[in-house]
Amino acid sequence: MQIIKDKQIIDDSWSYISDDAELKAGDISVSPARWNKDKQQLLHHDGKVGVRLEPSDSVDDIAEDLKEIELIELNFPAFADGRAFSHAWLLRNRYQYTGEIRATGHYMPDQVFYLSRVGINAFNLEKTEDLPVALSTLSDFTVSYQKSTN
Amino acid sequence: MYQYNEDDQTLIEERVAQFRRQTERFLKGEISDDQFRALRLMNGVYIQTHSPMLRIAGPYGLLSSKQFRKLAHIAREYDKGYCHFTTRQNIQFNWPQLERIPDILEELASVQMHAIQTSGNCLRNTTSDHLAGVCTDELEDPRPYCEIIRQWTTLHPEFAYLPRKFKIAVSGAKLDRAATQFHDIGLHLVKNDAGEIGFQVLVGGGLGRTPIIGQVIRPYLEKKHLLSYLEAILRIYNLYGRRDNKYKARIKILVKETGLEKFTQLVEKEWQLIKDKLELSAERIEAIKTQFTPPAYDSNAAEDTSFAQHQQENQAFATWVKHNTLHHKVPGYRITFLSLKAPDSPPGDMTDTQLDAVADLADQYSFGLIRSTHRQNLVFADVRQVELFSLWQKLDALKLATPNIGTVTDIICCPGLDFCSLANAGSIGIAKEINEALDDMDYIHDIGDVKINMSGCMNGCAHQSVGHIGILGVDKKGVEWYQLTLGGSSENEAAIGERLGPAVAKDQVAKVVTTILDVYVKQRLDDESFLDMVKRVGITPFKEEVYADN
Repeated sequence: MQIIKDKQIIDDSWSYISDDAELKAGDISVSPARWNKDKQQLLHHDGKVGVRLEPSDSVDDIAEDLKEIELIELNFPAFADGRAFSHAWLLRNRYQYTGEIRATGHYMPDQVFYLSRVGINAFNLEKTEDLPVALSTLSDFTVSYQKSTN
Repeated sequence: MYQYNEDDQTLIEERVAQFRRQTERFLKGEISDDQFRALRLMNGVYIQTHSPMLRIAGPYGLLSSKQFRKLAHIAREYDKGYCHFTTRQNIQFNWPQLERIPDILEELASVQMHAIQTSGNCLRNTTSDHLAGVCTDELEDPRPYCEIIRQWTTLHPEFAYLPRKFKIAVSGAKLDRAATQFHDIGLHLVKNDAGEIGFQVLVGGGLGRTPIIGQVIRPYLEKKHLLSYLEAILRIYNLYGRRDNKYKARIKILVKETGLEKFTQLVEKEWQLIKDKLELSAERIEAIKTQFTPPAYDSNAAEDTSFAQHQQENQAFATWVKHNTLHHKVPGYRITFLSLKAPDSPPGDMTDTQLDAVADLADQYSFGLIRSTHRQNLVFADVRQVELFSLWQKLDALKLATPNIGTVTDIICCPGLDFCSLANAGSIGIAKEINEALDDMDYIHDIGDVKINMSGCMNGCAHQSVGHIGILGVDKKGVEWYQLTLGGSSENEAAIGERLGPAVAKDQVAKVVTTILDVYVKQRLDDESFLDMVKRVGITPFKEEVYADN
C-alpha cells in the first residue's frame, strides 16, 4: 500500500482497527471512542498509535492527548463533506499538533492541494493509481491570497 | 477599479490551467460525473437543459469597457451571440461547449476576469451597491472592502467544501441597494459613537425555499477585524452547518436552529482566539482604496444649460432622464441606467453588438467603466449632464433606453424553463406577456415604483419572495402554475411577500398582474406607493379582485 507523505510517494505501514476488532501489533489507528476506552493499553502498545477522526467527531475531544498520538487520520465518508478541512486547521493552528495528519477515505486527488494548505501532510487515496495526479496537484498554485497553515 | 498585480494574474492563469487539466481528465473518463460536478461548479460551469452554462464573476458588479469587449467576443465566438446579466451582478453564457470552456476562461483571464466560485458550495462572488462611490447617501465606498473580501474568499482552502453556497454583500449607503439582509453575511458600513467607521455584521439571511431576514450578530466591528470575523463565522458554519439535507444546509437554518444568541457566542468565542493573528492593516486598506479613487471629474460640469433645455424641448428625453438617471454626488453629473428590459427582449440579456457598443459608449461618456445591478440593468456611473442628450439618442438606437427603471416592467427574471434544468416553469415568456399587457408607458409611469420579481422554481434566483409582486413558477402534474406574493422588499425595511392565494394558470398571470395594479390605482391615497398601500390595506382587496370569479 502506497501513500503520499511530505510530497513523496512512500510505502505505508499503518492499519485502522475498527472498534469491534482486536488490537494487533504494528502501527495502528483507532477511533476516538476506542482511544478513550483503551487508552492505558494503547499507551503501551507495541507500535505507533494514531486516532482516526470522522467529520462528526470533535477535535477538542482528543486535544489533551495529542502528545501521545503519532498520527491523526481525517476520514472522508464523502468528498463533499468539508469538515475535515477545519479539523486540520484547528489541529495545526489551535493545538499546534506537529505529528502526521493524513486524509483517508472518499476524497478526490483534486482536493489534495487545499488539504495540504490547511495542514494535512499525508494522503491515503482511494485509488493508488491517482497518487501521481494527486502529487502533481500540490504544485497547481504558486500564489495564494490567504494565510492558512502552509 | 481594481487592477491585478502579478500575483493576481498568476493565480487566475494557474486556475485556468488547473481546470483545463481537470476537464481533459473528465473527458478521458478519469473523473466521475459526480466529482467533476463539484469541480466544474466551482469554475462556474453548470449543465443546463440544452448545454453547459458558464457563469462569470462580475466582482461587486464593476466591469471595464475592455472586459465588455471580451464578453462580446466570447458571445460571438463561443456562444449564440448574447449573454445574460444575473441578480448577483454576474454574467452567464447559455450555449458554450464544455470542451471549449477552458479556452473561454483563458480569454477571460487575459482581461482580469474569471468564473471562480460563481457556483458550488463555496464562498461566492461578493456583491455590493451598484451606486457605490457616486450616490448621495453614502457613508463610505464599500468596494475596497469587497475587493479585500474577494481576495480572501478566492481559493480559500478551508472553506471550499461548505455545507452549502455562501454569499456576502456589502453596503455603505443609507438605502440598502445590495439586499444585505438577504445574504448569508451582510455587511453595512456604519459609524460608532466615537465617529469611527466600521461594520455592522448581519448573519443568516437568505432567499430560496425558506426566505429569512438576516439578524445582527455584531452591531459594530472595527475594520481591522473584518477578515477574522468572517473566518470565525465560516469556521463555525463549516463545522456545525447541517450536511444531512441540502434544503436545511444554509447558514440561515443553522442560526435558526441554534438560536442567534448561542450562535453568536460560538462565533465570538472562535473570533477571540484568532482576531489578533488576522488583522487587516490600515496600510492594506489604504492601498486597496487607492484603486477606487474617484475619476477626474470636470469641475465646470454644472455650468451647462443645454441639459435643462433639451428636457424642455424633448418630452421623450425628459421622461428618460426622470426614470433612468439619478442625482450624482458631483454637481453636473448624472448616474445613468441602461435598461436591459426592452419589451421585446428577455430581461437581462445583451447581444454581442450591444456589448461592443456599450463598451464604446462607456469609453466616450463614463470613464470606460460599466456596472451591473442587482435588478439586471447596467449603470454608467459618471456621465456629464451636457452629454446625456447625445448618450440617450445612442442608447435609444441600441434599445437600451426604455424609460422603465424601477417600474413595473423592470422585471427581475430568471432564465426559467427555457434554459434551466432546475426550473418548474417558464419565466421569460411571462415577462413578455406582462410587457404586452402594459404597453402604455404613461400608465406605467403613473403606477411608479413596483418591483416584480419572477422565478421559475423554488430556488428563487430572481428573488420573488422579496418582490413587491413576486411570481413563482410551480409544477402541478406537469403543468406550469404560478404562485403570487405581495409586499416583499429587499431594501431597508426588508419584508417577505405574503401569498395572495391559490396558484394561477400560465395564461392568467399577466391578467392577474394588471388586476393587482388596477386595484392599486383605484385604492391608493394621493402619492402612496404600491408597497405602502399593500402595507396599509394588506392583501385582501387584491385577493378579492383577483379571485372574484371563483
